[in-house]
Amino acid sequence: MSLTRTAAIVLRQFYLTRGSFSRVLPMFVWVGVDMVLWGFITRYLNAVTASGINFVPRLLGTVLLWDFFIRVMQGITMAFFEDVWSRNFLNFFATPLRIEEYVAGLVLSSIATSTVSLAVMLVLATMVFGLSFFVYGLLLLPFILVLFLCGIALGVFASGMVLRLGPATEWFVWPIPALLSPFAGVFYPLSTLPRWMQAMAHLLPQSYVFEAMRTVISGGTAPVAALAWAGSLAIVYVLVACWFFTRMYQYAVRTGLVARYSAETVS
Amino acid sequence: MLQVAQSTEVLSVAGLRKRYRDTVAVDGISFAVARNEIVGLLGPNGAGKTTTINMVLGVLAPTAGSIQIEGVDLASHRSEALGCTNFAAVYAPLPGNLTVEQNLRIFGLIYRVKNLPERIATLLQRFDLERFRKVKYGVLSSGEQTRVALAKAMLNRPHLLLLDEPTVSLDPSVAREIREQIREYASQGPGGVLWTSHNMHEVEDVCHRVLFLSRGKILLEGNPKTLAREHGKQSLEELFITVAREPLALDLRHTL
Repeated sequence: MSLTRTAAIVLRQFYLTRGSFSRVLPMFVWVGVDMVLWGFITRYLNAVTASGINFVPRLLGTVLLWDFFIRVMQGITMAFFEDVWSRNFLNFFATPLRIEEYVAGLVLSSIATSTVSLAVMLVLATMVFGLSFFVYGLLLLPFILVLFLCGIALGVFASGMVLRLGPATEWFVWPIPALLSPFAGVFYPLSTLPRWMQAMAHLLPQSYVFEAMRTVISGGTAPVAALAWAGSLAIVYVLVACWFFTRMYQYAVRTGLVARYSAETVS
Repeated sequence: MLQVAQSTEVLSVAGLRKRYRDTVAVDGISFAVARNEIVGLLGPNGAGKTTTINMVLGVLAPTAGSIQIEGVDLASHRSEALGCTNFAAVYAPLPGNLTVEQNLRIFGLIYRVKNLPERIATLLQRFDLERFRKVKYGVLSSGEQTRVALAKAMLNRPHLLLLDEPTVSLDPSVAREIREQIREYASQGPGGVLWTSHNMHEVEDVCHRVLFLSRGKILLEGNPKTLAREHGKQSLEELFITVAREPLALDLRHTL
């Protein structure tokens, strides 16, 4: 594996982002809007409920980490879509670039863009709405790590899907986080869900993170074992997603789809 | 790291076949490109030229057969084999939202070109692109884009250079310069060139040897300056038309 070739993919993304208002703005705007919206909702809930529960870490904290997961996923898919939109697959895949170098470049690009989004969210949530991350303690690190791995897995999987099914299927990618959110328990405990949804939720590493956040805020014991399981599950999903992407690439090479990608299908 | 063999053949293709369900696009062809040689791959539309080039570029897997670039098997050592290859094709434009320099830098990194800034400067000068250094590729004229694509194709001093109609959108004066540069590259550079074109005068002028493809098979092979006469035709263009329209009517006594 060549770091130089991986760096080339990251550099391409840097060039495109640096000079483009329309690429820079989404890094700030959507996460900023979410923080402001949920910040005021939590303030309102704190004011109207007499329960004494502080909704800021319960809701604003979970929304922040859910948005981080989405930004990681979209960081990968957006970098991948740059090649779809500029019809660049033939140029890239007819070079010594290995598929693992290409995917690593997408992941590193995503780390850069999602870090910017995370920083914006942290500034808004802490400075404007008083969210303190001390309530999560050191568990914040595994929370972020698990969600980061989930974002990587989903981003690579979604890119593989678009590689296989053609450029028009990029519209399948955008709603995926919204489809997952009811099962992930971002806003409510998993016990709220019916049994079949709980069973589905246990397959999502994100659900363990949000359950752990609520447990810690309620003063419960940190569910270390559950988080370790979530981390292991997320690693398995990353490996499965990379395998899936590689298989889709091999299919595209076998059928000639790489060379005729704009046709969407070779049949 | 895999060692690249220094044999006389930079490209060796054996029994190459590509089948799409019921259609055989390339039907068991074998050929080679020697060092310092320019080989023309000719044939009518749909003959299998681009399919062959895509297989040599590693973006299309053959159904059968083998491809060796500088003695390195493409199927088993893809990255190493493609490291000494490069290409320019009208159907593979570079990303239009990057400048000329950015495109060259990114592909230079992918090919791990040594002294990349100097190499880019040399190529910008050679292809008269210095004034477009900071200009986005997408806003260049088709002729300028072709010159950038050729500069990108020369970045890594490829041992095998694949050119799919490289002069199709150039004016005659620039096309002549480009042909001269490629001829010079082939004669003094480290490798050979596989060239497709529908311009038979250009092919006759540039290529040392031509392969005529028809319906996925190599129908004729030989010196472009003598091949037409050997088959009772006045010109290479007349021979091309015969291959395209009535390949079975050809006198194949002189073929290999």
